[in-house]
Amino acid sequence: MTLLITIIAAIICTIIWYKTAPQDKMKISVLCFIYWGASLMWFVDAIFEYAEFREKFFTPSLYEMVNDTFLGVSAVALGLVVWIAKLLITDPKHIFKRRFKQ
Amino acid sequence: MACFIVPVAEAVISTVTAHILEKKEKKSDRVQKVSGIDSSFKICFSKKIKWLSKLLWGGSFLLAFEHLWHGEIKPFFPFLTAAKNSESFSDMLYEMSTVGIGMAFTVTVAWIGMLIVSGIFEKHQKVQEMREMI
Repeated sequence: MTLLITIIAAIICTIIWYKTAPQDKMKISVLCFIYWGASLMWFVDAIFEYAEFREKFFTPSLYEMVNDTFLGVSAVALGLVVWIAKLLITDPKHIFKRRFKQ
Repeated sequence: MACFIVPVAEAVISTVTAHILEKKEKKSDRVQKVSGIDSSFKICFSKKIKWLSKLLWGGSFLLAFEHLWHGEIKPFFPFLTAAKNSESFSDMLYEMSTVGIGMAFTVTVAWIGMLIVSGIFEKHQKVQEMREMI
């Protein structure tokens, strides 16, 4: 579930980035890199888990699924926090600069 | 356990390399940078290495969060629960050498794919520019 949620987040971010490319004033590319990087790493992790547990990998218990879903959503939220922090620090639209000048 | 350490190590190397390359590129003025793209739409190599470091840092950060979620990372020394005894430590090293290297390798392969695609676009752009000049 974590892998699935992160991949969905990565795809959505890539679509949004492509819509605004090549400007990228909102730094959506940062989100794309974070989510695609995590997706690739979790994908490799899933392959190794599948090699170890075989069919059990596709039949997780309800507890595991809920836990993984919470983890996936939390990971996406954490990625958004990193992006917001980067956006506010770099201030690509110079919003803070203009505010402080006034 | 600690598989994210391998991509973190690669991320550190790629970040340092990108900074060194960026300085060299700025010094020699080989590439006129306008938000990472020069007049012939050629993306400088330091920017391309930054793609790799962003992929690695982003991925490892979320992976570290997952490890924290599962209680594999602690906020106090030795930080990794697997580093408590020698048996779990050897398991951790085994995981790093299999899953960790697999992760770093996959991200690097994806990045090489990005390089190939961007290289094709750059070539296409160059040909188009030359045609326009003729």
